[in-house]
Amino acid sequence: MDSSQLLGITTFTYLFSTLLYVAIFVFKAERLEKAATAFTVIALLIQTAGIALRWVESYQMGIGHAPLTNMYESVVFFAWTIIALYLIIEWKFKTRMIGAFAVPFAFLAMAYASFSTDISKSISPLVPALQSNWLIAHVVTCFIGYAAFAVAAGLGAMYLLKDKSGNNSLLERLPPLKVIDDITHKTMVFGFIWLSAGIITGAVWANSAWGTYWSWDPKETWSLITWFIYALTLHARYTRGWDGTRIAWLALIGFISVIFTYYGVNFLLSGLHSYGSN
Amino acid sequence: MNNRSQVWKFFSSVQLAIFTLSAISLTSIIGTIVPQDRSFAFYVEEYGEVTARFFQVLDIPDMYTSWWFLTLLGLLSANLIVCSIDRFPLAWKQVTLDQTSLSKDRLEKMAYTHVIRNASSTLATTLENALKKGGWKIAKKETKDGVITAAQKYGWSRTGVYIVHASILVIFAGAIVGHFFGFKGSVLIPETKDTDKVYASKTQAPLALGFTVRCDKFDIEFYDNGMPKEYTSRLTVLENGKEVLVKDIEVNHPLQYRGMTFYQSSYEGYRDFLITLTSTTDKSTKTFIAPFQQQIKWEGKDITMGIVNAEALRDRVVRMKVWIKSSQNQPITIMVDPQKPYSLEENGLPYTVSVKQMYATGLQVAKDPGVVLVYIGCFLMMVGLYIAFFMSHRRIWILTSTGESTDLLIAGTTNKNKLGFEKTFTELLQSITNTNG
Repeated sequence: MDSSQLLGITTFTYLFSTLLYVAIFVFKAERLEKAATAFTVIALLIQTAGIALRWVESYQMGIGHAPLTNMYESVVFFAWTIIALYLIIEWKFKTRMIGAFAVPFAFLAMAYASFSTDISKSISPLVPALQSNWLIAHVVTCFIGYAAFAVAAGLGAMYLLKDKSGNNSLLERLPPLKVIDDITHKTMVFGFIWLSAGIITGAVWANSAWGTYWSWDPKETWSLITWFIYALTLHARYTRGWDGTRIAWLALIGFISVIFTYYGVNFLLSGLHSYGSN
Repeated sequence: MNNRSQVWKFFSSVQLAIFTLSAISLTSIIGTIVPQDRSFAFYVEEYGEVTARFFQVLDIPDMYTSWWFLTLLGLLSANLIVCSIDRFPLAWKQVTLDQTSLSKDRLEKMAYTHVIRNASSTLATTLENALKKGGWKIAKKETKDGVITAAQKYGWSRTGVYIVHASILVIFAGAIVGHFFGFKGSVLIPETKDTDKVYASKTQAPLALGFTVRCDKFDIEFYDNGMPKEYTSRLTVLENGKEVLVKDIEVNHPLQYRGMTFYQSSYEGYRDFLITLTSTTDKSTKTFIAPFQQQIKWEGKDITMGIVNAEALRDRVVRMKVWIKSSQNQPITIMVDPQKPYSLEENGLPYTVSVKQMYATGLQVAKDPGVVLVYIGCFLMMVGLYIAFFMSHRRIWILTSTGESTDLLIAGTTNKNKLGFEKTFTELLQSITNTNG
């Protein structure tokens, strides 16, 4: 058994998790509730084992480094963080309805990582610039932020869906609008703090590698744009009392910016972060 | 006066914040699409003459330091400063407010209230002690409604948002300090050579260091697949010709000296070679630069040497054929691996020889006294964000009115995290119902 097999299995287990959560939501299959959670926890454990094994394998190859260094590894970690965060939210807010809106992100991420021909799955050694203790701190903080924004976008979509369709019996089972709004906000606050930490660790790293903490390279600039979008969202809520639909839309717009920062910049623009694109 | 307050209002408004943040975000996109800091010719070729001129007028090729972008950043700073000055006193008033001067009416309208009639005379004290134990700050006052015990916690958390705003200003201040009192430059030092100046990044103007840096050695290590593994330079700092510091630098591990930092950033290979001879008797060494297939002489030692041939794998030299001769001996010709010492004693020469391709190390040199401020700002931002989002100003009042019976009015409020406060409030009430009966 090697790490790519485990991570391949993870893709299908997340697909199955998605189906279970959608079944709970659409068919009111209450008997499946515990099974969905249990299955997702197991899937997360398999993925954790896969990531850990990939780390071990890199040491066996003599080029040991944390599995957070290229597009493939980052997408895998992104999926991992989304599931971990979702399970925490499920446990904290005692609702499984969010699953159908959050778990698919993890499945899509894993499917992209496994089946895309644009990205290489091989474990490759680190170029000198990436050999730093800041690597783990920077990548982990950024991706916790990204994952939180993904979940917030799922919640935003859920809010809009429920808000638009009025007295649909299917959507009645979703948490009350006020609750969805509250969780969306909290998730965005959580993401904002981690994104801030991600930008800061990136700046400190850049300064220790190149002597410039900020060079306006496209990745940096886009992360700042994303940061501004969420800063605006939080200000609109605190000072103007925005909530509901408008915040839900901002959660979606913010996530588009996240996706562009994470993915679009690597493939459409050039810059210092080019290691991420293969 | 009216004018002044209009201007003040404008600069403290959330609308201005929304405008500047949106404007900075939207205009920033330009610089991520149009490559920055290229020559005029590049833009002409890429976008055509007219667009290139248009770019030049608007400073697009260097937009992040253009007058209009800096103006936007300035507006953001002014907005942050004015709105903080505008709002901070109100927040601070909430922190320092005498919490015991509230009327019964006000307390009854609080978000969380609970009334206990015919309470035991010690109940208020029990509550007070429980709160004290939980770290609450207590103030007490006799009023016309009875005795008010006011407890509060984390009042200063109201300053969190101002800490975040201030942290952004501190980071900007750091950037300004760096701009005016620091520099960024680069220099290429060939192995065995030294320099006492570097060249400014944008203008290429020479900048005197005030000391000398020598590159003793540059090395590239490769992975098996041919990817570069590490670039290493051995740098020696010299003050007035005296060696004061020797350090091996790598990417991510720079050399710091007198407020300046030297970063490993690039390299250049030469067609020249370095031949190092180490005496087997006194271990003294001497290094010679040998251009490919040229003889060089060690003056006064009667030794002539040269590189006859070299084998390269891609762009790196993997084996070299070195030729050494002194008048007493036959000429020696040996194949050597880079940097591996070979003894020449069998051939009658009391030396070991080692050979490598000659490189120049490319260094980025930065002096930025503003970095400290930037880091302080970053730290403040994280602390401020944590306080602003996760800590709340919690207040609980106990109004004890003693008439025919002792009645307690317990009221509470929080500015954030209602769920958390609710839990604390109910736990507090539960603790007394337990002790009460």
